[in-house]
Amino acid sequence: MTAQDATRETKSMLLNVGPSHPAMHGVIRLVTELEGETVVKVEAEIGYLHRAFEKSCEQSSWTQAIPYTDRLNYVSPLINNFGYCGAVEKLLGIDITERCRYIRVIMGEISRVTDHLTCIAASAMELGAMTAFLYLMKAREYLYEIIEEVTGARLTISYGRIGGVKGDLPAGVEGRLETALKKTEKEIREVDKLLTRNRIFVDRTRDVGILTKEDAVSYSITGPMGRASGINYDVRKAFPHFAYDKVEFDVPLGERGDNYDRYLVRMEEMRQSIRIIRQCMRDIPGGPVNVNAAGKTIPSFDLVDQAKLGHTAGLIDAFAAVEPTLEGSERPFHDRVMTADKRVGLPQKENTYGNIEGLMNHFKLIMDYHGIRPPAGDTYFAVEGANGELGFYVASDGKDRPYRVRVRPPCFFNMAGLHKMLEGYMIADIVATFGSINMIAGELDR
Amino acid sequence: MEDLSTEGPGFITSKLSEAVAWARKFSIFVYPFVTACCGMEYMSAASGHYDMDRFGAGLPRFSPRQADVLLVVGTISHKIAPILRRVYDQMCEPKWVVAFGVCTCTGGFYDNYSTVQGIDTILPVDIYIPGCPPRPEAVLDGLIKLQTKIEHQKQIL
Repeated sequence: MTAQDATRETKSMLLNVGPSHPAMHGVIRLVTELEGETVVKVEAEIGYLHRAFEKSCEQSSWTQAIPYTDRLNYVSPLINNFGYCGAVEKLLGIDITERCRYIRVIMGEISRVTDHLTCIAASAMELGAMTAFLYLMKAREYLYEIIEEVTGARLTISYGRIGGVKGDLPAGVEGRLETALKKTEKEIREVDKLLTRNRIFVDRTRDVGILTKEDAVSYSITGPMGRASGINYDVRKAFPHFAYDKVEFDVPLGERGDNYDRYLVRMEEMRQSIRIIRQCMRDIPGGPVNVNAAGKTIPSFDLVDQAKLGHTAGLIDAFAAVEPTLEGSERPFHDRVMTADKRVGLPQKENTYGNIEGLMNHFKLIMDYHGIRPPAGDTYFAVEGANGELGFYVASDGKDRPYRVRVRPPCFFNMAGLHKMLEGYMIADIVATFGSINMIAGELDR
Repeated sequence: MEDLSTEGPGFITSKLSEAVAWARKFSIFVYPFVTACCGMEYMSAASGHYDMDRFGAGLPRFSPRQADVLLVVGTISHKIAPILRRVYDQMCEPKWVVAFGVCTCTGGFYDNYSTVQGIDTILPVDIYIPGCPPRPEAVLDGLIKLQTKIEHQKQIL
């Protein structure tokens, strides 16, 4: 350094990135201190999408809190649903049916794929790869169609129920799901060809935004980000919930913890999720439904005709082949996806309208100030959300409303460690790094 | 009694106005103010499957100076409301506002201390698209309604 340089005055510049910056997803402000184009210091200001999740849950009944959980991580709402329901089930100490476990795994993994698709699409678009964005959105649309078919909605689905799910998988969904998965795989392969060896993409992401393993541990960062930094922690493996102990899958790990590793981990996780879905669709238990005493299916109108003729002997245990509705309330489908526990499961509609026990059961679960009442106490239940460990801490004081529903949102911890990934890099790298984090404001600010 | 010949627009002005209306209707540059869940459906509506570009609204502009339509997508909390208002104030006339999703229309089921109960409390809204979130078809319907509105209003030149 010459004497002339030493006398030259340098001043750092303060720059606000966001909150109405497109790469900040509209809801976060990064106060950055720049020296030239190098980022010296970053502070993230959050809270622009605070929607009072906890307060709203405390004012609603245990079941009514489910729609609020949809909107936490709105890119993978099914996982949130199942996480919350799992926590309340743990508090109540009830078991869900085997088929329901598999349905939760299948739908949760579809959700995880949509989440990773969206994340990679958005981060690629922010780096200028519009084609990859459009391809991945196309793939997401195939999966949304399946989600819509099963749950009745595309995005905010409220499909989980305490003690089960809203309804059984519709008839013939296996084929359509397989078609959708094949199409999705094709799009993923296309994007893999477009991005993975793309010089521009690699230059923007390789060795940028490095999060070391130590930092990831000290900020308790989990999920794809933690795994990209080399932490072998996946809630699905560490604490197998639902049916994850019965399926085989690999947990991809990164080495460097940079943006490129996070991209690769997400790509591999999508393939693993599809593998899980295929195994579950193969292994999902059905149960003796839709068959008569001789083991044959009876269409419902035949059942009625037979009964009219007085041929009721073999029909007493037979099930009519009726269309499964979204309510899942027809007799053959109800038991498969809903627990038999009367404290939480709505009775079959036949019983509600047919006898006083069913009517009272329905009344006690639906009416205000009756409802589901977990015993006083608290519990913590975690599932592997798309961004990491998604934990629900629920506390009950024995009433029909939650005393407290606290979420451990994976994004919050990612945001806490954000400055480690941005400081020391160029200002243009903020967009690349921020895109690879997959910040979801709904669960960050709650 | 007024002279009838000076009242109302003449032939050339009315034809010019129609031409401008037609042009404005099919060259909508949206500013997507995306905050929450509805953004996912906005992405679906904007990309290939539903393709908002068919209606001339395919190119989002992330600068308020270059945008005609402010698309408010997602819950507006009290913390972000001043920023939304500032973005609206920075836009040049003529400008339109679309409330995308029930949170922006009325606050939706976030009836609580942190959420603005409808963005029409802070800025004028032209089209409301209800739904939580609205389906892409509903978004396209809202867009067509906005086009109709643009077409039939008085064109300020």
